[in-house]
Amino acid sequence: MSNWRIRWLTVAVACGAIAYADVLPDDRADALWHYYGGGGITVEGPSLLVRKKIGDNLSVAVNYYVDMITSASIDVVTEASPYKEIRRQETISADYLRGKTTYSGGFIDSVEPDYNAKTSFLAVSQSMFGDLTTVSMGYTRGWDIVGKTLHGIIDPDFHPRADRRNWSIGVTQVLTRNLLASLNFETDESEGYLQSPYREARYFTGAGDGYSFEPQVYPKTHTSNAASVELKYYLPWRAALTGDARVYEDTWGVSAEDGSLKYMQPLKHNLTLDTLFRYYTQTHATFYSDLFPYANSQNFLARDRELASFRSMTVGAGISYQMPVTRFSWLDKATVNLSVDHLRVNYLDFRDDLVSAPTPQQEPLYVLTANVVEFFISAWY
Amino acid sequence: MRELRRWRTLITLPLLAVLLAACSSVQPWVKPYEREHLADPIMQIDPNPVASVYLDHVFESREDARGATGGVGGGCGCN
Repeated sequence: MSNWRIRWLTVAVACGAIAYADVLPDDRADALWHYYGGGGITVEGPSLLVRKKIGDNLSVAVNYYVDMITSASIDVVTEASPYKEIRRQETISADYLRGKTTYSGGFIDSVEPDYNAKTSFLAVSQSMFGDLTTVSMGYTRGWDIVGKTLHGIIDPDFHPRADRRNWSIGVTQVLTRNLLASLNFETDESEGYLQSPYREARYFTGAGDGYSFEPQVYPKTHTSNAASVELKYYLPWRAALTGDARVYEDTWGVSAEDGSLKYMQPLKHNLTLDTLFRYYTQTHATFYSDLFPYANSQNFLARDRELASFRSMTVGAGISYQMPVTRFSWLDKATVNLSVDHLRVNYLDFRDDLVSAPTPQQEPLYVLTANVVEFFISAWY
Repeated sequence: MRELRRWRTLITLPLLAVLLAACSSVQPWVKPYEREHLADPIMQIDPNPVASVYLDHVFESREDARGATGGVGGGCGCN
């Protein structure tokens, strides 16, 4: 099982297309190759998306996505064994336009050797006030089955479930002839087996290395709320500046804030430059500790890095080239795109236990650096 | 949760105002002929959804926070 599960990847793809509710999304096809490398993990694979209108009121989309994962991260090196696995995800979705209302729905099936996830979603958006305002609402329901492999063999007796529900509401507003604003609020509820069956918690022993490991114990329920605001401004020299901010809190005690700035600048020769800066910070979960004082020291135990306190920064740049398509009369537009992002995560209470130290508390704090590359071709027809 | 409640109020109140105002006639203050800049492809909310959603997923895999990124988010972030 990997954290590269993206059961709801194309939910966002589908919903992202309904920013303007009285127009169906463009017919387009995207072929993307993605790469992530950092912290002993590489993930790469293709994503293919095809969207096509059927008649005047219906648009359907299919997406096929693959993650090919090679993992020797600090977690699996210290607590389990390095692994390779492939995850495949298939999505079908549809948007139906009636008047100024768009109804959307779809189904996602994600399969990997030790994790199956099925997700369905419904969304509705309404355009109003002379198309200056778009209000959208969505509901997502997910059913997961968690598995576990031991030395490459599936454990037939281990198949706990996790149920997920998600509600979202948002409004996109034209404020001036140069400024767009978007407000979003989202609540997420999960119930069942919500932890990794592989990762372990660390506790102090005083003997040997000074520590040992025990199974993690997560709560069986999790509720989170997130709210965000985004502003997009058209600059006088034909460029777009986007700023967004988000706050997040959950019932596990984690609170987080993040913000980003994006700048898009068309250049000469059909080129467009994109740049990104993003900052993220979060506090740790109440039941997280890098080193518990002794075994079974509390009801819930976690040492997942995702629940630790940390700060993260990302910088990125991308270039897009709009290709001439005059030879192909059926094509309206085509672009070839490359983007590279670099992220650095500074953990504040997760220590690098691959480095030997006189006592566990003297290990250096873990730092993750990673690069993300996306290469994709898009065609509108 | 106090800060989040404040945010929820900040978002819910304008949304309710928008929904209630839909019962009356509001004249658009940006006329259709004034939307040239908004119609420019660089002003699309999400010009490359396949790429941006992938990057969102990269963040969600490393972070506990999720959701409210413009679409419906998710992922458990375990392992």
